[in-house]
Order: sequence, then structure tokens, then C-alpha cells
Amino acid sequence: MSGEPMSWEYAPAPESRDIANLKPAYRMFVDGKFVDGTGEPLKTINPATEEVLAEVATASKADIDTAVRAARRAYDKVWGRMPGAERAKYVFRIARLIQERTRELAVLESLDNGKPIKESRDVDVPTAAAHFFYHAGWADKLGHAGYGPNPRPLGVAGQVIPWNFPLLMAAWKIAPALACGNTVVLKPAETTPLTALVLAEICQQADLPAGVVNILPGAGDVGAELVNHAGVDKVAFTGSTEVGKLIQRSLAGTGKKLTLELGGKAANIVFDDAPLDQAVEGIVNGIFFNQGHVCCAGSRLLVQESVADELLAKLRYRVSTLRLGDPLDKNTDVGAINSKAQLDKIRELTESGDSEGAQKWTSPCPMPDKGFFFAPTVFSDVQQSMRIAREEIFGPVLSVLTFRTPEEAVAKANNTPYGLSAGIWTEKGSRILWTAQRMRAGVVWANTFNRFDPTAPFGGYQESGFGREGGRAGLEAYLDV
Amino acid sequence: MSDRVSVAKTYKLYIGGAFPRSESGRVYAVTDSRGGFLANAAQASRKDARDAVAAARKAFPGWSGATAYNRGQVLYRVAELLEGRREQFVREVAASEGVKHAESVVNAAIDRWVWYAGWTDKVATVLGASNPVAGPYFSFSVPEPTGVVAALAPQSSSLLGLVSVVAPVIATGNTCVVVSSQNRPLPAITLSEVLATSDVPGGVVNVLTGRTGELAPWLASHADVNALDLTGAPESIRAELERAAAGTVKRVSRAGRGGEPDWTREPGVDRLRAVLETKTVWHPMGV
Repeated sequence: MSGEPMSWEYAPAPESRDIANLKPAYRMFVDGKFVDGTGEPLKTINPATEEVLAEVATASKADIDTAVRAARRAYDKVWGRMPGAERAKYVFRIARLIQERTRELAVLESLDNGKPIKESRDVDVPTAAAHFFYHAGWADKLGHAGYGPNPRPLGVAGQVIPWNFPLLMAAWKIAPALACGNTVVLKPAETTPLTALVLAEICQQADLPAGVVNILPGAGDVGAELVNHAGVDKVAFTGSTEVGKLIQRSLAGTGKKLTLELGGKAANIVFDDAPLDQAVEGIVNGIFFNQGHVCCAGSRLLVQESVADELLAKLRYRVSTLRLGDPLDKNTDVGAINSKAQLDKIRELTESGDSEGAQKWTSPCPMPDKGFFFAPTVFSDVQQSMRIAREEIFGPVLSVLTFRTPEEAVAKANNTPYGLSAGIWTEKGSRILWTAQRMRAGVVWANTFNRFDPTAPFGGYQESGFGREGGRAGLEAYLDV
Repeated sequence: MSDRVSVAKTYKLYIGGAFPRSESGRVYAVTDSRGGFLANAAQASRKDARDAVAAARKAFPGWSGATAYNRGQVLYRVAELLEGRREQFVREVAASEGVKHAESVVNAAIDRWVWYAGWTDKVATVLGASNPVAGPYFSFSVPEPTGVVAALAPQSSSLLGLVSVVAPVIATGNTCVVVSSQNRPLPAITLSEVLATSDVPGGVVNVLTGRTGELAPWLASHADVNALDLTGAPESIRAELERAAAGTVKRVSRAGRGGEPDWTREPGVDRLRAVLETKTVWHPMGV
């Protein structure tokens, strides 16, 4: 099993970038129209090639004010008073339009973000459509959701989303907001604004009333301005714990409702009776899915000592077979790191793993000669005090620790200020339930990892944030309850 | 018997199941509604607050791990003991709050324990879910206690308000550090005596008396506190407390903003939900 992987020749199988309908310039979406922003335009690049994809308008302070006012008008005059059954039909339309334009959105997402086309095609875009479809059905059933007979919306939601799942995060934010009767001003991430602006086009095609959804590209300053705007009633943020804390602090005393979905350092626990080959697939999915740019990534592998050597050998072999490269190639497993800044951060933390004495193993996969890429890396002999065991790397880097008893596994898993997700691998059902009960984390995957569904609430404990997205529990974030 | 000299009680803190004085040695005079001296209450310090958080953390695994049936019986037991000391609480609430309706307030406080006792084994049914995910997985979501909750009890309603704040926190398996009403702390300490002699494990509820404005910032910034209930927080420091809570991403309940609620109304599940996390568990289905 160990040693050099067998050599397989793959024929290139790239998706055509023409499918993305890439335009040279994108404008922001305010009050039902695409308009020029008065902020400094940004250039979004393809992280796999470092070439500029498009120029994108950004919002100034005045633009933010205009968008929030448009959202308020739409809320007061149209959306807030529309019967739920009618709202539902608009949201269903959006779901259908995403499904119709799936291929275009997937290619555009992979171009802008760097993620492999098989992931944008099979996960990001279909799950985004599913979120709209699921929440649409709630719009006229909110009285049955357990928040009283006639729960009211909050008003205007200011939403700021990250670059790791650009379209999917927009769906997670916009779908429940609209279903509950709120209007939205959303800021996509600076490096990945394109699919959110196609979603704006979809809102137009769905004939969504003007001002119900507004999309304002820009950097962190636009996000800060948006969440602090006096006309915003609710703030939803997905991103780093550092920025989440800043937002929570800046909203103190305003009475705005806040939900935060922040960072993580999830433990993925492998017990000695686990089916190791299956566990290896789950470990790989847990940390190398989306280049590890996942807040709930299984970035700390906790292996029972008695199977650690065997598991590590299998894991290294499997990781060495991952194909890294062109995100548009259907055979690519690991795409590009989203930005130079993120690549630098991954390198810096990886160097700290070296200098703190962990054993580094890097996949011998061939590396493209341009673009932002980082080879899958596994650190063993990791101690809990090391930075690579404590800090979120947000990249394809796995830290492996060992344990002897289930109690030790639980203690190590919970030894973090985060608490977003956890993984458990064992054949024993009672051990799964025992361990799951003890995980201080919002999502626990047993004998699987990184599963998402609009019906299943997602969100963190402790410094991984508060509030849930998905399921009945997720509606609370957008209702005045 | 009328010439008998009564035995006056020294009111102390309630931390980890014991009744210590404030480590600071400080006390403050508590008066009735007409300004007459009632007792010296302990004026808790930052260190007392930290001791209370440590006690609450220590009690958390046991209490959150107890069965819901067990927690329900323990809360019901509190109501039983409170009922037995009804007269004492009526006198104390009347003295503290200067109200004529003290009897109905105490009745409501006893009934509130009963109400929340009945919630312990129902909240997971009402707030949990089986998630019909689009794939071969069994997915379910359960509410779980968020951890250590620091609560600032209401300033006016010294017993009913206090019980309304504390009972939902412990009914759901959390442990609690509560700062009593600053000027009406005595019913809180007498309630501690009930808790200490009921089956509530030491450390599950910890009661601090003293200056709310002095203690609250330490609790709001304490890294081992998971949630902060601002019900009894003075308006002037509410925003500052929220800012401090952001340091470790605490859940903040802004109840009591703009005045104390009517505690006699049936509470609903809001206070239960405010101290619960949702945990979603997935497992594949297959043969």
C-alpha cells in the first residue's frame, strides 16, 4: 500500500471557460438595477492563472446608503407586507433559475474562486439551489415553525460573506432572509464577487421586486460600513473569528440582531476499530475538500495510537494520488488557493509547524508553474501547543495528533476556543453516540464528513459563532423573536 | 414570647454549594423600602465572581450530563422546598420590595419552578429535529446547553424575577452565576439556602450580591463564561457589557432592554432557547 503511487495518465478534461459567460466588467446591483458604483473598482483575478478576469464596481459610503434605503423601501412597501405564499413563489423561481444556469455558475465559480469544477458543479451550485428551494417552502408556513403564530421579519438584513463558497454562502444568507420577509443588502467577498452578481441577474429574471435584494461588491471597509449602517436591522456574517469579534463589538448597544458563523479547528477522531480505508476517504474529504478553505474542515486529525502508523501510511498514499491543478479540469481534486494573501498565510503557518518540531510530509504531486497552489501537506507528531494545532490554517494542511483513550480524545478535541464541527470514525454505534454527545461543536459527522443540507442546522459553539443556518432552527436568525 | 430577641442572619454569598463571605471582606447595608436597616449583604468582588465562574464550570459536566428526567425532579424539588418556606419568603419579599402582593409573587415564583421543571424533558422534543436531508444519511439536531451563563438578575423583582432568570438556565443543563438585585439581594440569598438543601448540585447556581455595575464587566469579559443575560443590567453600561462579551463571542441576551418585563406572565420558550446550542449529528445509512 505504501511507497510511490502507481502512475496514471489522465487526458485533460477541462470545462470550457466560455460557458461562464464572463463579461469584462460587472456592476453592482441596487434597487433592481445594475449600476456603476462610486467606489474604486476592483479587479478580480483567476487564482489558478493570476490573470484578471473582470473589473468589478465597488460601493462607496453613499452607495451603501442608497442600497439600504432601497431595501427599506422594498421592505416597507412590498416585501414585508406580501403574503408568504406569494413571497414563496419568487424564492422558488430563484431556485429554479439557479438550477437552469448551473453549468454557467459552476464554471464562473471555479474561475473566480479556484475551486475544482467537480466541487462547484456537484456541491456549491446544487446546494445553493436547494437552499432557495427549501426556504421558499417556509415563507407561508412560518406560523408552524415554533416561534409563535405569526412571527414577524426583522426588516433590512446586512449580510457579509466569505470567499470560500461565494454563491453557496450568498444562498445561505439570502434564502432564509427572503423567506422570512426581510430584504437584503449583501456584500460578497472582495476576491470572489462574480457569482453573487449573476445571482443578482437571476433575481431580475425572477422579477423579484426592486430593492428586495441588493448586492454591493467591495472590500472589508464596505462590509464594516454596511453592518454599522443605522438602517440595517439585522446583521449576518460568515468569516473569520477575528472579524466576527470586531462586528459583535461594533454592534454592541445598537439592538441589531446578529448571527455569526466564524472559524473552526475541527477534530476528526479515528478510533482503532474504524474502517481505515473509509476513514482515509473521510479524512481527505475533511481537509482537502475546497483546498481546506472550509470553516468546518477537519484540520486536526486525532488518531488512536495503536492504528496511527497504519493510518498515516494509507493516508499519505491516498493524498499522493490527489490531482492538483487546473480548477476547470474535471479530474482535478485540489484547485488553487483563492488569493496570494491566503497562500502567504498558509505558508507562514506551515513554516511554524516546521520550526515547532512537527514532521512535515508533502504530496509529491506536480505543481503548476503559475497561479496560487499549495501541495497537500500532512504534519505528524503534532502537539496541542503548536500553532498548527490551535490556529485555523484554512488551507490543505492537516495536523495529526494521537490519543490512547476515548476520554483523551474528547479532551483533546474540545481543547480549543472554537466549536464548529467534529468527526468520529468507529464501527461501534454506542461509541459514536457517546463521543458525539461530548463534542462541544455544532455539527458532528460520524463515519462521514463535510455534509451539508438546507434541512440540517449548521453553526458553531463558543468562538465559532452563534445562530444557525438551515432547518427550523435557522429561521430564528431572520425573525423578530 | 414577644420579648424574645430574634436571631438575625448573616447574609453571605453562595458559591460552589458553600456560603462564603466576600473575599474582599466588604459588606453593604440593605434597607427595606422605607429605608429601615434589614441586614448587611456581602459585597462581592472580582475574585468572588471568578470563583463563582470556576465553580459553575466545574459543575457543568455533571449537571449537563444528568438526565432530563433527573433535572426535572431536582427543579421540582426546589419548588417543594420553597413551598415549605413560603411564609419566610413572603415576609422577605414584602420587606425588600415594599409590596402588598408579596404572597402572590411568592406563589408565582414557586409555580415557575414547577413550570420549568416540566420543561427539562420536553425542550429537546420541541426544539430538536430529525432532518430530512437529501441523501442516504440519518441527520438529527438536538439542543444542548451553551455552558456557563452569567445572569444579571432584575433589579426590581427580587424573587420572581430572579427565579424567572435562573430556572430556564439550569433547566436546560447550563450552570449559572447570577448577580442578584443590587438593592434587594436578601431573597436571593434565602433562595440559595433552598437550593443548597434541595438536590441542586453545588456550583450549578452561584449567587453573588453586591454592585451590579462592578461585577458585570468582569463576568462579561470572563473567557470561561459562554453566555451573558443582561436582564438586570443598568442602561448606562449595557453597551459596554455587550462590547466586553464580544471578546470571546458570548451569546448575549438583551432581555430587559427598556425596562423590566411583567414577570407574572407565562414565559414561553425564549429564555430556554437563549441558552441552548443546536448540535446536528450525521451518520450514513447503508448495509
